[in-house]
Amino acid sequence: MGIADRRIEDGNLMQAVAKLTPEKIKAAYELVTKGEAGARLSTYYQSCMRCGMCAQACHFSISHPDDPSYTPVGKMDQTMWKLIRQKGEVTPDEVYGMAQIAYTECNMCKRCVHYCPVGIDTGFITSLVRRFCYRLGVVPTYILDTAHSHSAVMNQMWVKQDEWIDSLIWQEDEARGEFPNLRVPLEKEGAEILYSVIAPEPKFRTQLIYQAAAIMHEAGLDWTMPALPGWDNSDMCMFVGDSEMMGRLKRCHYEMAQRLKVKRIVMGECGHAFRSVYDTGNRWLGFKDWPVPVVHSVEFFWELLTTGKIKIPKKFDKPVTIHDPCNITRGYGLMDKLREVVHMLCDKVVEMSPNREHTICCCAGGGIINCGPPFKSVRVAGNKAKADQLAATGVEYLVAPCHNCHGGLEDIIGHYKLGMHTKFLGDLIYQLMEKTRAE
Amino acid sequence: MQTLYNFATGPLLWASFAIFLAGSVWRIYSMIALARKKEMSVYAYMSWGFSFRSIFRWLTPFGTLGWKANPAMTVGTFAFHLCLLLLLLFAPGHAEMWDYNFGLAIWSLPEWLADTLTVVVIACCAFFAFRRLRVPAVRYVTTTHDWAVLLLVFLPFISAFLAKMQLGNTLFMTLLHVLSAEAVLIAIPFTRLSHAIFSPFTRAYMGSEFGGVRHCPDW
Amino acid sequence: MGSPDRESGTSANNWDWEKGKRTIVQSIAPKEEDLWQEEAYAAPDGESFAAVVRLEDESFTLRVNDGRWEETFEKVWYPRFAPDGRLTALVMADDEWTVAVDGEAWEERFAFAWATTFGPNGAIAASVQQDMRYACCLNGAPWENMYENAQDYCFSADGKKTAGVVQVKSLKQADLDGFRSGIFTVAVDGEAWDQSFMNVWTPVFDGRDNERVAAQARLNAYDYTIVVNGEPWAATYNCVWEPVFNPATGVLAAPVRQGGRWGVAFDAAMNWPASLYQCWGLQWSRDGKNLWAVVAPEYGKFTVACNNKPWAATFPVVTELALSPDGTRAAALACHANKDYKVVVDGKPWQGSWDMAWQPVFSPDGAHVAALVEKGGKKTYLVNNLPLDESFTEAWTPAFSPDSSSLLLRGVQNNALVRVVLPLKDIH
Repeated sequence: MGIADRRIEDGNLMQAVAKLTPEKIKAAYELVTKGEAGARLSTYYQSCMRCGMCAQACHFSISHPDDPSYTPVGKMDQTMWKLIRQKGEVTPDEVYGMAQIAYTECNMCKRCVHYCPVGIDTGFITSLVRRFCYRLGVVPTYILDTAHSHSAVMNQMWVKQDEWIDSLIWQEDEARGEFPNLRVPLEKEGAEILYSVIAPEPKFRTQLIYQAAAIMHEAGLDWTMPALPGWDNSDMCMFVGDSEMMGRLKRCHYEMAQRLKVKRIVMGECGHAFRSVYDTGNRWLGFKDWPVPVVHSVEFFWELLTTGKIKIPKKFDKPVTIHDPCNITRGYGLMDKLREVVHMLCDKVVEMSPNREHTICCCAGGGIINCGPPFKSVRVAGNKAKADQLAATGVEYLVAPCHNCHGGLEDIIGHYKLGMHTKFLGDLIYQLMEKTRAE
Repeated sequence: MQTLYNFATGPLLWASFAIFLAGSVWRIYSMIALARKKEMSVYAYMSWGFSFRSIFRWLTPFGTLGWKANPAMTVGTFAFHLCLLLLLLFAPGHAEMWDYNFGLAIWSLPEWLADTLTVVVIACCAFFAFRRLRVPAVRYVTTTHDWAVLLLVFLPFISAFLAKMQLGNTLFMTLLHVLSAEAVLIAIPFTRLSHAIFSPFTRAYMGSEFGGVRHCPDW
Repeated sequence: MGSPDRESGTSANNWDWEKGKRTIVQSIAPKEEDLWQEEAYAAPDGESFAAVVRLEDESFTLRVNDGRWEETFEKVWYPRFAPDGRLTALVMADDEWTVAVDGEAWEERFAFAWATTFGPNGAIAASVQQDMRYACCLNGAPWENMYENAQDYCFSADGKKTAGVVQVKSLKQADLDGFRSGIFTVAVDGEAWDQSFMNVWTPVFDGRDNERVAAQARLNAYDYTIVVNGEPWAATYNCVWEPVFNPATGVLAAPVRQGGRWGVAFDAAMNWPASLYQCWGLQWSRDGKNLWAVVAPEYGKFTVACNNKPWAATFPVVTELALSPDGTRAAALACHANKDYKVVVDGKPWQGSWDMAWQPVFSPDGAHVAALVEKGGKKTYLVNNLPLDESFTEAWTPAFSPDSSSLLLRGVQNNALVRVVLPLKDIH
């Protein structure tokens, strides 16, 4: 039992591990544990009682009930606790396993926090293991490529500046077919709202930009979209362990908003990007709070619906269930607003159990889905727990206001043949709202 | 043996209290100094309100998801720590020690209750040992260190109990009780038993981060 | 690309500095015959405003005061006035993009053109793409060499040259080795340096002779440094931010991170020790004697430092650092989470807090400071720590007369574009 028995081949993991030497491993260990990490790591290491209470927290361990190597503490034991025990003297093969655990078997969803009496932050420990692996270059291929893209063009998908602007102008054109006077205002200084998205939107899901524009237009808002870099709020650098690039990205994002003199940033339905703006990126940059408030779509839609800027003449009539994305519920307490929004949109809501801040993870977040096809089976097998939970609701529609959650949930829905459809809130709002300004 | 006993309950007791206190202060000081140097954000987010909210919540049996999901462990953990503390402070034999060494006249538990609590602690130790042996998730992460501290904590209670029941050499058992209890004191700052001094801080930070940054309960 | 160098200035000498309020346009409200009119931009001298107007479905142009550009385009956006008052916009006709200046489109057309910027001596540049190759286009002439990708353009101090970050080789999908081999470098007027790096950002010219260009570089996944004309500094760091050349001596200063803290290195030698939680936005005084920066001496506490001496007052966020012309004084904005903006001058916050504020402006003699601020949707100006009585529904940053005696305000009141010249002695 353990990671060595379930190695998955990944081009860069193999290539990077082949270049490791004991000295390099030790140096990275020293750098991360002594040079960078501080009191939290050493205190957690000593105080973790190895009591195993967290075993029931993790979707991986719930989905693999007979394999303790998937429990949060089991994963810490195979990675950081082992590194500390052995003072960084581990083999390249062991580093491979540590990378596989840290990048593909822990979503850093922090559900285990609710189970640990001592208050150990397993997600934080995973991020340190990732940092250690990153310092050795031992990072799964696909996610490392997205981090490279971030560094080169300040977005996740190698989208060039003209491609971004072109996508926006194109969506504006498309949307005008439906709303004759719709405008996607670019670079409008002093707008109330700056709308930011993640790079997969212009690349694969332009429909989401269309919908957002339609909602903004219908609500009659003073909004803008940035034409220059910083428009992508996503942050794979945070997930690979490249803290320096994470900081650079967040600076770029905040400065874009400061340059445009907007009051606040509204972001699409994404979870991890939210984490990087309120929790990790700001800390690295030295900001205690975010320098510019970032409003998640859930909060934003709640505002639009409660103030009547968007009206829903007829609610969605099929029963739906709600998935609580970890980064906005356990990460930012939006579980009540999420429910209120869904209830304003749908007639019948069937809750999952557990839900709200105790939500079971989608198993795609934390960068796992970004590790690409080699690890898809890990995600799907590792989240039978969620599949069972979904199946138990007996409904056909699932609301999940997060891109990564969508990807992960669609994969388990397909694999476990649940026959469900996932919806963004934006999908529902666009579909249901009164379109007073449409042709 | 009597000489050794006198030494153990005299200078050695003083020494172990001193090591425990100095060691704990030093560990806490080092932790805070390290946090100041490397993790100023931890300081920035610390909040009294959220810290105590979290600490009290987790001091409530079945008050959190973790406690609810592990009922046996909840009963075991609370019983163990509560009995341990009660016995440490109020065991009839300890009243004498408080009085003799510190000049403190302290109320003490009735004998029968003290005996019962001791049995509870012993039973809890057995339960913890059982988990380490038989629950896969626990067994998988159990190290020699975990066994050592469990044994160390177990010794003062089993020896007290045997002495009380007059099983074996009473003086030897009492001596073993005193020595092992002193070993526990000394071990607290330097082993996994340090959770006794660190967990208020780890709990406080988690409570503060969840309360202040994540706007979400940490239980 | 950054804002034009503050020395490039404008020909404010020729502006009308006669005291008083003049209405330039009675109503800037959209005209009935237009499908829509976008947000207004005022000319630096306040004598005109421009806004994109949509005439028909695919017919756009610029409205300028009560007139219009003669030519119409399939799309027009990004109307911006150059500091010398010329009006530019990005325009598309026949599926080709270019920049139009005062209504005349550049002859060169591109598959895409965007991000117009203004440099010294009337330089106008834009990013352009043709056949999926990228370059900078300066005053209508694109670089001869175009690249796989190019961005982050900057001007030389004379406005005659441009430099930018270019990608010299293409990458296959998920091509980690290709990326790690270093495919980014700087091109000056389209000529790429021989050396290339894993990442390069924000090139900048040495304004003394415009022969040297420096940029931030990442040599490998972990080591950052500054490169000058392709040559990396001997020292490497955890991270670096934008380098700046001392305008008098040519010393190159850059914020660098060591052991988790920031300091400033001068030509690869530490000058401000690495003790700061943040340090960026370096600016030299023109005489090269003072180096200013936005810094965080403690976690979460930002301020401004001059020669490594921070102001005593700290704030959650500090932005928009502006120096007096002689570089001995500075002003900046402070806020908390983009709210409660304060104008801070010489380390002292001015009275009042605002929903938004714009970069403070020093008078040419360095004695006065003015800033545009907004509260409750109304804009007004602060001058030497006093708010003016005049308020506007829309307004633009103030400008001082060359003799530092008057202030020009540009704003909209009751839909009318007005221009106010206010002698400083008349203020309160």
